[in-house]
Amino acid sequence: MVHVPTLARHLAVAIVAAAIILLASIVIGDYRDYQLAQVAPSVVAVAGLTVLIGLSGQISIGNGAFMAVGGYTSALLFGHLQWPLVAILIGATCVAALTGAIFGVAAARLRGPYLAGATLMLAVALPSIATRFASVLGGDQGLGFFASVPGFLGPTFSLQRWQAWFSCGVALLVLVLLANLVRSQVGRNWRAVRDDEVAAALAGLNVARLQILAFIVSSACAGAGGMLLALVTGTVSPSLFTLGLSIQLLTAAVLGGLGSLAGAIWGSALLVFAPTYLQNVAVSNGLSTSSSPSIPIVAYGVVLIVVMLVFPSGIQGGVSRLARMTGVDGMLSRLGFAPSSLGAATVASSIVRRRHGPGAAGPGAVQPAEQQRAEGH
Amino acid sequence: MISSHRAGVAGVAGLAVLSILAAACGSGGSGSSGSALTNSAPGITPTTITIGSHQPLTGIAAPGYSEIAPAANAYFQYLNAHGGIYGRKIVYKYLNDQYNPALTSTVVHQLVLQDNVYAIFNGLGTPTHLAVAPFLNSDHVPDVFVASGCECWNSTASLPDTFGWQLDYVREGKILGAYIEQHFKNKKIGFFFQGDEFGQDGVKGLSYEIPKKQIVAEKSYDPTNINIGPQVDALKAAGAQVVVSFTVPAFTALLKLNMLGLKYSPQLVVSDVGSDPITLAGLLAAFAKNKTAGFGNSLTQGIVTDGYLPSLGQASNSWIALFTKIHDQYIPKLPLDGNVLYGMSVGYAFVQAMFKAGKNPTRADLVNAINAGLPQGASVAPYAYSSSDHNGITGAYIATISNGALVPNTGVWVTDDSATGAITAYTAAQPAAPASGIPSP
Repeated sequence: MVHVPTLARHLAVAIVAAAIILLASIVIGDYRDYQLAQVAPSVVAVAGLTVLIGLSGQISIGNGAFMAVGGYTSALLFGHLQWPLVAILIGATCVAALTGAIFGVAAARLRGPYLAGATLMLAVALPSIATRFASVLGGDQGLGFFASVPGFLGPTFSLQRWQAWFSCGVALLVLVLLANLVRSQVGRNWRAVRDDEVAAALAGLNVARLQILAFIVSSACAGAGGMLLALVTGTVSPSLFTLGLSIQLLTAAVLGGLGSLAGAIWGSALLVFAPTYLQNVAVSNGLSTSSSPSIPIVAYGVVLIVVMLVFPSGIQGGVSRLARMTGVDGMLSRLGFAPSSLGAATVASSIVRRRHGPGAAGPGAVQPAEQQRAEGH
Repeated sequence: MISSHRAGVAGVAGLAVLSILAAACGSGGSGSSGSALTNSAPGITPTTITIGSHQPLTGIAAPGYSEIAPAANAYFQYLNAHGGIYGRKIVYKYLNDQYNPALTSTVVHQLVLQDNVYAIFNGLGTPTHLAVAPFLNSDHVPDVFVASGCECWNSTASLPDTFGWQLDYVREGKILGAYIEQHFKNKKIGFFFQGDEFGQDGVKGLSYEIPKKQIVAEKSYDPTNINIGPQVDALKAAGAQVVVSFTVPAFTALLKLNMLGLKYSPQLVVSDVGSDPITLAGLLAAFAKNKTAGFGNSLTQGIVTDGYLPSLGQASNSWIALFTKIHDQYIPKLPLDGNVLYGMSVGYAFVQAMFKAGKNPTRADLVNAINAGLPQGASVAPYAYSSSDHNGITGAYIATISNGALVPNTGVWVTDDSATGAITAYTAAQPAAPASGIPSP
């Protein structure tokens, strides 16, 4: 196989994906464009979270709070300073990253359930700041963030298509950056820390600094995701960034496959499309309007259980396994692409191994990991 | 080396695949026509007019308000059974947003972009509707008769396609304030209000009329936090003898119960949106877990409020008779209360506007029709509609709740939404409901 530099390969794929999205967005109509734009914020936030959990081995149940930081920063910059969207995006990402850095210092001292508890507290507490300082942050009503189509696209350009372009563009950019980061020395160091903190420290790695860095990356992604969510929704309010959102992000990361960027996309798509689809099915089957709102929640639980039973390593884990079974994997691999990835299997096995010691991991989890390591090239 | 880079490659490729999937799900346009009735606008076919709305069918604002859309729909069914609008039937799709602005955005995008509704009608709530009004206006979707009295709907420059309908909270605050100023002279007044534009507009109107020295406390609440004990405590501590509340029904009930708990019994003055006696009585009985007959009514007794629709107590009123008939025929399971009355009245106003918009209306035709003014319908005061004013009903009467019904204390007062505009008596008799129950074209 000819060696192509990582960055070049990722960029090439991103450009192809961008071209496909561009063409598709013109064909699919406004509502599908809107849904595409709705998936992107979630992809960005879940990708950051999956890197945090899957690579650095820390957990966060509070990434919805960092999305709130990004969203509110955006609405304030938009409302008071009228910054252009790209500047707002950068501003929101930076402020969220800074918040993440501060929290990361604390997080680096906490382990397991204590870290989960601390981040949970963040998700519960942060949105209520908006109601505490209602004169600046708009209280429960929130702040408006309605950016119209930029002038150079012409007066008749579809708002939804523009939102889809912007959101998906940002999502692609974040995915490329994360993919490179994951493959870089930092990514390798994170995995070393995740697998065994003591061994990593003995090898000369600064464990705390690496963990804080992972937290910063994850909260920066959440901030960018929060900005996109605010843009697509047209408003920020406490009800946009509930504890439910944080849990949903975590669920999406787990459903998609922890540690897998492709999994972040599957998980997010499920998050956005499933509730609307299921509620429509419920309504069209004559279910009363009072009970149909519960259907997506019930179905969500069922999907979660089924996926965890059938594909313990998430949807992307399942896709990889299918690809391996059918031999598509090897074919793509020869071309330089592969649907399988560092994937959930590695992470799942490492978490199990950490908890129970070597050899205790389930057969389904350990085997692919070992196999990948053996295959390493 | 572990093949970690593939995560990124697969990730990016996945996003692309997703967009193709979305493309595959997309669908094309529709139909044609032959008769005089045409597909004159999105959502309008020769046989139907499809309109949409966002409503709190579950959640904190659902008690009472969840009846509004079914009531409006009952009026539309009555209309459809009696010839419709130039032969077209109204199809009314209302989706649940749980009074959550994030959900409002999702359901309204679905209604406009996927279901192709002609207009958004009577979208309920101030914080919720604020999330979608800019989008609707940028797509030039008529955004008619928002179910909220926020002054924000009267922004003809930035929201030219948005219209309020009910008495706006500034006018309502002024009218309540004038009554308080006349009848509770020199008493200490406290305000209790929802911490958004709903409550703030109300307080604005009240402050135009009530002298500042009389106001001893102003306390707000968040609709997501039902613990209002501290606020009620503060109102009591400030010695407020009259408490004016701009609240949704659930919080009016909570306010009353918290006051009982503190053995604090000031005169309650409640905004129309939070004072429907039947809804309140039900909530009070449910919250207090007291099933004694008449318990709820005993607690609403003596509350002062205002009404911009005829009182349900006036059975001989032609509008009450019409809406009672429709209620009994189409939605007999719902209580015949202020919310049902509201829903049918606003439905009637929409039908008035649609008739005025013409036989084959575009979206702009509806907006222009309302801009040209609407004749008074079920409301006790006329509409303000013009191309420079998108407020709706301009006045109300003051009433006291007695045995679960509004008993008017005053005639109808009308005013404008400015700080200095006078409050005057409106003496013209309300036009009777048409015998057919349907406005004439």
